[in-house]
Amino acid sequence: MTTAPIAPNSEARMPLVPALETLRRARRDDEVVITTMGSAREWMKFGAPHALDIILVPSSMGHGTSIGLGLALARPDRRIIVCSGDGSLLMNLGSLASIVAAKVPNLVVLVFDNGVYEVTGQQPTAAASSGRADGRAADFPGIARACGFDSVHRFTDAAEWAANARNVLDAAGPTFVALHVAPVVGGIAPHSPGPAPARAQAFRKALGASSRAPARDLP
Amino acid sequence: MFSGEQVAGLLKELGVTHVITVPDSTIGRWEAAIEQSGSVRLVRVCREGEAWQVAAGLHLGGATPLVMIQCTGLFESGDALRNVLHDWKLPVFAIIGYRSYLDQAKLPGDTCLVFTEPVLDAWRIDYRLITSPSQLDVIRGHYLDCRDSGRAGAALIAE
Repeated sequence: MTTAPIAPNSEARMPLVPALETLRRARRDDEVVITTMGSAREWMKFGAPHALDIILVPSSMGHGTSIGLGLALARPDRRIIVCSGDGSLLMNLGSLASIVAAKVPNLVVLVFDNGVYEVTGQQPTAAASSGRADGRAADFPGIARACGFDSVHRFTDAAEWAANARNVLDAAGPTFVALHVAPVVGGIAPHSPGPAPARAQAFRKALGASSRAPARDLP
Repeated sequence: MFSGEQVAGLLKELGVTHVITVPDSTIGRWEAAIEQSGSVRLVRVCREGEAWQVAAGLHLGGATPLVMIQCTGLFESGDALRNVLHDWKLPVFAIIGYRSYLDQAKLPGDTCLVFTEPVLDAWRIDYRLITSPSQLDVIRGHYLDCRDSGRAGAALIAE
């Protein structure tokens, strides 16, 4: 586990799929996992979804952390694990401040930082070393610390992440984890696994959340 | 328009558990009373699009959230509205401050008056315009209608 700062523009990266496999192995049965974009695409390839998975497709890009915050507030008895990308997080950086403000010890934000907008053709983000005039990457764990996260971690190596994942997930949160991953060559946007309203209803049922009335179309 | 105590009392009566908010000069004055009510938790976010998604998570978790923002924040919220209300069809209710509706002296020509209601219509949000302190019951009735039929809605509070 790397809690001491390392060079933010380190090029050491683990492959995405083993990083997600580690999460899949470490995840407890009562934990909620929210996946988005590239993580959702690869997560769906692992097989039938867990009842407490939220495959956030279709999404409003970057809002996985906010949905996770809402779930963590509603269900303090459950650990909520959000898989975001670096491009997604950049679209909703303020959510890190909101998460700390709400003091949710049961929320874990995993940022799969590949430095690019993978599904649009791997253009560099404005935070990646290759996308910045001065070549210095933004420091996501540093941003999280500055927002007030106390449990902050960074991993660049798959074996190191695998060895520490459960301990990191179990830490008193909110927890922020930057996972440096390599972009998936040819990685495309994930396909929806089915109608979102029906998945929302099924998720609420699995979580034991009551439903007053079935969701209805707006006019 | 309304006192904080009136709004806090209404939210309590309606069973709202969380108010997710970015304040404006009218609805922001309700914050203290809402927090002091003890029955509703205030959740402060940094921008309004975030508020809809936090509300979505709360709803998925079985809570009863309400979004409280200004109309300028409604404009900011576009993609979140699309996703929460139309892709996932989550029945989130909002109280939205309507800047410059009652007082056009402060910001003459405020384009909030041009765009607020068309934007609500464009997003197909069923709303009630509240222009008088006597209309607390209208908010109550509309909220209950939306809740019982499982659809999103809003109360647009003239400012």
